[in-house]
Amino acid sequence: MVEPILKVENLKKYFPVKRGFIDTLRGAPQKVVHAVDGISFEIYKQQVFALVGESGCGKSTTGKLIVKLLEPTDGRIYLEGTDVTDIRTKEEVLAYRRKVQMIFQDPFSSMNPRFRIFDILEEPLLIHGIGETKAEREELIFKALEMVKITPPEDYVGRFPHMLSGGQRQRVAIARALILNPTFIVADEPVSMLDVSIRAEILELMKELKEKMGVTYLYITHDMSTARYFADWMAVMYLGRIVEMGPVKRVIDNPLHPYTRALLAAVPEPEPERRNIIKELPIKGEVPSAVDIPPGCRFHPRCIYAQKGLCDAQQPKLIEYEHNHWAECHLVGKY
Amino acid sequence: MIGMAKNVLEVKNLKMYYFTNRGVVKAVDDISFELKKGEVLGLAGESGCGKSSLGFTLMGMPTPPGKIVDGSIKIDGREIVGLPEDVLRKEIRWQKISMIFQGAMNALNPVYTVGYQMIEPLIYHKGMEKDEALERAQKYLELVGLDPEIVYRYPHELSGGMKQRVIIATALLMNPSVVIADEPTTALDVIVQAQIINLMKKLKKELGLSMIFITHDLSILAEISDRLAIMYAGKIVEIGDSEKIYYEPAHPYTQKLLAAIPRLHEDVEKLEFIPGQPPNLISPPSGCRFHPRCPYVMGVCREQEPELKEVDKDHYAACWLL
Repeated sequence: MVEPILKVENLKKYFPVKRGFIDTLRGAPQKVVHAVDGISFEIYKQQVFALVGESGCGKSTTGKLIVKLLEPTDGRIYLEGTDVTDIRTKEEVLAYRRKVQMIFQDPFSSMNPRFRIFDILEEPLLIHGIGETKAEREELIFKALEMVKITPPEDYVGRFPHMLSGGQRQRVAIARALILNPTFIVADEPVSMLDVSIRAEILELMKELKEKMGVTYLYITHDMSTARYFADWMAVMYLGRIVEMGPVKRVIDNPLHPYTRALLAAVPEPEPERRNIIKELPIKGEVPSAVDIPPGCRFHPRCIYAQKGLCDAQQPKLIEYEHNHWAECHLVGKY
Repeated sequence: MIGMAKNVLEVKNLKMYYFTNRGVVKAVDDISFELKKGEVLGLAGESGCGKSSLGFTLMGMPTPPGKIVDGSIKIDGREIVGLPEDVLRKEIRWQKISMIFQGAMNALNPVYTVGYQMIEPLIYHKGMEKDEALERAQKYLELVGLDPEIVYRYPHELSGGMKQRVIIATALLMNPSVVIADEPTTALDVIVQAQIINLMKKLKKELGLSMIFITHDLSILAEISDRLAIMYAGKIVEIGDSEKIYYEPAHPYTQKLLAAIPRLHEDVEKLEFIPGQPPNLISPPSGCRFHPRCPYVMGVCREQEPELKEVDKDHYAACWLL
């Protein structure tokens, strides 16, 4: 059996809500935001696993839990079969981060504006003690820049981030993640701030690097179309839970969960002949607060198919309805 | 029907330059187009191509140090270039032409109620009584699908989608002839974005709204535009009927932009992208401004600037290949 590169089991992250002074005196119960509320998935070598959902669904929190920027409330994380949930010491975390790196959404704020490109790329090398001499590190930095097609590298290493375009900056961010030769990369909305043509360029680059370097990605996005293009697997998140999971094309072409259907219906498509038709969006209301999670199926207040006594009472389970295609809904096939 | 409709907006040879310390930035450089009543014109292009600058210029408020250098903007036949600021403020802005801003999160003032900031112009410009103005605001809030009681709420009590609806209602409040929507859905989630676009389609139909819709996202534009203008480096490189541009793009830039969009229900082998970056508008490239990035570049492209040529009925492009 093939071992997954990354395995997440029943992962949970709750954030306490700040209580006011009066509430504390009154002993009001501590409220929590259920950012991630029991999710499990596996990612195999050289796969791209897309985590899709709207803002606040917990997809970025999941990414941060995986790179250990946050500690989970409950659940386990395994990297290449090893339980890494409880690593705490500096050495352990360093060793872990050498294998697991992150690309952030905003290439404008994810780099120190006072660092030159050289320093930005040298920092991870220094932290991890790679390359004994400056010349050795320089060679690695040049190689990384060439890999992300910032050429010739000697023209760029002396520049500051503000002297690069958004696309170039995002390529430097990718180079910074790749310079440690990681096995796993969490890419949190890496293209959502970029222009269309630059977006295509970065997606192409990440795809190419996947093949060349054998990187495995967790691709966090709100954009179903780029997920289809870039990812192999997809999980749709809603209010901290995975509501549907499967191979990207299956999920997009044959969605099982009503929420996935609504998300897909909302995606704009470059087909102008439908411009005068008001789109049907099979969903109602707005996302409720992650503090007071609705009982039963947490999607039921927004679901147009919700059944009284069932959906508002019992929490559905994530069930494999078709081979490799999972959904968390009482009504799969019945609506 | 649309063919018969009159022009609500006519822009001719408009030039708006930013006079900065580093030089003159030609953000809007010789742009001409018309907008008919009840029509939505989509304005697309990469960041920095001048599309938002054009939007602000049409409102008669180029962002400093920008100035209109030349050209004409006629709204309902009235020339607005050269009008003094107080006339623009009292008679044109918000009444003849209004704007829906990008970033619903920041466009509202957090210390005033929604109602107060909506009715301010009605009271000061139209001399309306407060009650009458509030009633009007409520009517428009209902039109955009909100509870009229929202006038008494503060912006932080509303969700992003609700705020964007408030901003749309505010733009429509004085019944303007032209509405400019500058990236109205950019900061919103997919479902809210689709709801806002649905709302705009509904308003277009019910109120016969004439609108310029600015965004970099060609998929969104396809959802609403009757006509499309593609901007590159301060110029319109292709303009015309939406379907013609989507299905038979004439300009290499438009072709590349469309080939860069991943599709939801189709497998795309490889996304195309345009190598290089948009040019610096202080010293734009000679000839055709797209020539350094164009795969089909020829000698003439480097030397002479192409004019917009008719490719088909209501379809123009500026390219030497045509």
